[in-house]
Amino acid sequence: MTVTAQGARVEAWEGFAGGLWSDAINVRDFIQANYTPYSGDGSFLSGPTSRTTALWARLEAMFPVERERGVYDVDVHTPAGITAHSPGYIDRENELIVGLQTDAPLKRAIMPNGGWRLVANGLAAYGIEPDPRVAEIFTKYRKTHNDGVFDAYTPQILAARKAGIITGLPDAYGRGRIIGDYRRVALYGVDALIAAKRSERAELDARWADEDTIRLREELAEQIRALGELKAMAGSYGFDVSGPAATAGEAVQWLYFGYLAAVKEQNGAAMSLGRVSTFLDIYLERDLASGVLDERGAQELVDDFVIKLRIVRFLRTPEYDELFSGDPTWVTESIGGIGADGRPLVTRTSFRFLQTLYNLGPAPEPNLTMLWSPQLPRGFKDFCAQVSIDTSSIQYESDELLRPKTGDDTAIACCVSAMPVGKGMQFFGARVNLAKALLYAINGGRDEMTGALVAPGFEPITGNYLDYETLDAAFDRVLDWLAETYVHALNVIHYMHDKYAYERLEMALHDRDVERTLACGIAGLAVAADSLSAVKYAKVRVLRDASGLATDFETVGEFPAYGNNDERADAIAVGLVDRFMAKIRRYPAYRGARHTQSVLTITSNVVYGHKTGNTPDGRRAGAPFSPGANPMNGRDTHGLVAAALSVAKLPYEHAEDGISLTATIVPSGLGREPRERAENLAGILDGYFSSGGFHMNVNVLDRTTLQDAMEHPEKYPQLTIRVSGYAVNFVRLTREQQLDVISRTFHESP
Amino acid sequence: MSGMDTARVAMSGMDTARVATSDAGALRVAVDSVAGSVHSWDLSTGVDGPGTRFVVFTQGCPLRCLYCHNPETWRMRDGQRIESADLLTEAAKYTAFIQAAGGGATVSGGEPLLQPRFTSALLHGFRELGLHTALDTSGYLGVRADAELLAATDLVLLDIKSWDRALYRRLTGGELHPTLTFARRLAKAGIAVHVRFVLVPGLTDGSANVDGVARFAASLGNVERVDVLPFHKLGAAKYAALGLPFPLAETPSPTDAQVREAREHFADHGLRTY
Repeated sequence: MTVTAQGARVEAWEGFAGGLWSDAINVRDFIQANYTPYSGDGSFLSGPTSRTTALWARLEAMFPVERERGVYDVDVHTPAGITAHSPGYIDRENELIVGLQTDAPLKRAIMPNGGWRLVANGLAAYGIEPDPRVAEIFTKYRKTHNDGVFDAYTPQILAARKAGIITGLPDAYGRGRIIGDYRRVALYGVDALIAAKRSERAELDARWADEDTIRLREELAEQIRALGELKAMAGSYGFDVSGPAATAGEAVQWLYFGYLAAVKEQNGAAMSLGRVSTFLDIYLERDLASGVLDERGAQELVDDFVIKLRIVRFLRTPEYDELFSGDPTWVTESIGGIGADGRPLVTRTSFRFLQTLYNLGPAPEPNLTMLWSPQLPRGFKDFCAQVSIDTSSIQYESDELLRPKTGDDTAIACCVSAMPVGKGMQFFGARVNLAKALLYAINGGRDEMTGALVAPGFEPITGNYLDYETLDAAFDRVLDWLAETYVHALNVIHYMHDKYAYERLEMALHDRDVERTLACGIAGLAVAADSLSAVKYAKVRVLRDASGLATDFETVGEFPAYGNNDERADAIAVGLVDRFMAKIRRYPAYRGARHTQSVLTITSNVVYGHKTGNTPDGRRAGAPFSPGANPMNGRDTHGLVAAALSVAKLPYEHAEDGISLTATIVPSGLGREPRERAENLAGILDGYFSSGGFHMNVNVLDRTTLQDAMEHPEKYPQLTIRVSGYAVNFVRLTREQQLDVISRTFHESP
Repeated sequence: MSGMDTARVAMSGMDTARVATSDAGALRVAVDSVAGSVHSWDLSTGVDGPGTRFVVFTQGCPLRCLYCHNPETWRMRDGQRIESADLLTEAAKYTAFIQAAGGGATVSGGEPLLQPRFTSALLHGFRELGLHTALDTSGYLGVRADAELLAATDLVLLDIKSWDRALYRRLTGGELHPTLTFARRLAKAGIAVHVRFVLVPGLTDGSANVDGVARFAASLGNVERVDVLPFHKLGAAKYAALGLPFPLAETPSPTDAQVREAREHFADHGLRTY
């Protein structure tokens, strides 16, 4: 994309070193040419101003009402869109950064393009009547993504979906996990982006009108329209974003308008922010140097921005909230990492974003994600570790694994999904239940909970005892069926999503020719691996009901469990990851997408466990799975490091959409005094990421705190814990999820 | 893991370490394997010496401290018999992690010096893996730590449970002086020591008692830090499981103020105290 020179730009870009970015859209190049690495510690940081505290307090007063009712308010009359709502404010006179999704804070919009049913169920759950006119439009005149998907599903997909062997599919909600490069709005202004999109489209004029070209032309037209709406929306708040941002305040505002436009029109499962802190640092440093801003003012801007990110809301159903634990938006911001030239991408603003967790208190959003490398500066490492210990609100991903694959301008969408900002997007594919698949192998495709035949054409395993070779071969055949059914379903979903709920604004902030990945996933890895280990190393007897359905197992003898750095069990888990990925790759993906896979469950491990019967590893029917790639609760008997090294063995090249590990640590398990605890935690992160680990959530807490929070949620409105890639408010978890978190190994030494 | 290739099972009594030079010229120690009685092994952070450590908890202890929170480690015969070479093979899986994270390996217990040859084999093996080594001991059997064992010990975590001899006897069932003798020997050998002192209200928290330990620790010159460990009752359930009475069931944990006071006492003697 080329950018044509304009007068306003010269002024806005004053003091910036030019480069490739001056002539073509290239934010990465701008950052590399202009950022100032910071290798010190956090001692320069400022606390909250009274303005910040007062603004946040206004919202805090509203949160209890929202928590009690489920939603604070909903606008049922106005289908969402970039310009659908008039401007809204928290406290107009005292806001540094403005813009809300609707005309009032915490008031949710309806986004029926994804599916009317989701809107209707969401409203019904909170006792709110839908607007009959809007209902009529979206049931009679306007088809939705959800309708389209169900028009094209096969009976087999429907059966697999109903049984929960393929689960969490984005067929009734927005797929999300697409990150617009919102920085482009600040750096170039919207007019230049429109011009660049026009020239991208003009290049297509000479192309033959095949389906791909026609679709792309229509998409570009939609993108350009969305950019126009972005300008109009900003205009309604009194800002002209047609040109580039000229100050730090404008840069934050412009960037936020870009993001706001996206969350005004898309209810994506994850609406991540990208990698903005070091980009914004360039503007903040320029204003600090010229004296128009001081540290207090710089922090205040970041605090205000983060306040806005914390109140992004979508209308969803209680079932959705149960699956994802709470009401997540995954406003993921990726911080840190190392540049291709070896310079750390840590700036003072990396610290400022973390500082919001002190200035505003801990919170799950925005989902602050540290791209970790042992080469990061010591001061930053120790500060991150300290923030983890104090707030449990941040997560870590391996910059060492990301950088070679997706470059040094990579951001995480959702929890662990990496993509180069503005250059790649993914088709989110939720996950399949491997533990259930193993039971299907035993039961010849019948579901162990209902007895219904879900996967046709398989023979059940007969005989009283399970034989490893026989089971493994049967499992392999079920996995073939599963991979085919799964990719088939995802192709349908993403075809329809592009057709009926295209992310025009987010894609307007991408290059035209993006790399697409089809992000498949697996759940129940530890249960499946341990079950296979039990069959291989112990003796597993099958107990069947009257209809011949295997419903329970009697396991005699010891078997190695995944999560103890024991090669016997870990190799089984590694083999499953390799094997399922290879099977997925066999089925061509919609729009030429490249297949990837995650080992991630967010908190849905509880729900998946619910729907899965007794397993040969001794897990009881209904009991939760371990989250993500974690070993099963209590089976990792040698502490966190051993468990972490087992997880680190899972091959990233066959799980490029991420491998999630949740580590729960009590503070005393890190050392005796605060400083050494922070250093030791930073050491563990260095150790894990040097050993090939991909991701780690760090919860630092004690059992008593959690038990007290269960009994007295009102005392802990902000208690945040990390679960498999995401931080959640502990008091917003269901009781069952709370118990699950508590029963998890606390990694205390004997 | 190079050392593992040459590790071999030794006859009892053959716990000598020898130095060999590999073809590459690197100095390697081939450690003869010794069988020992072990409670468990684990990886811990910040509690068994600095950083993240591979920790072997040996089984068996000659003392019966009233506040012991691991009564299941008292009797050596209750342990799992395991070769030092096997433990070192396990430890080798963590060497890279520990070196990146910062830390080392610790032999703890029970009382490791109840099995000095086994402990020595482990310490030498850890060192050969390139790990910082620590020995966690009461010092009561310090006389059993020979020069060879100490030669592979970078740090001793030394429990000085009381300064008052009568109290020490009442508290542990043993004598104080072997610990003091061992401490002086470590000072002379220039081996770093972290002193541990368990603060038990009504027992060890007397001002003269704390002062005695502090004065002694400060006089040694090799004490890098003192950890004042507040007495806790998390081990009570283990006593119940073993059918044993927990002697300090009625003793309260010290208050934060009591712990702070004790720490200040040590700090007053110029000791780095936590």
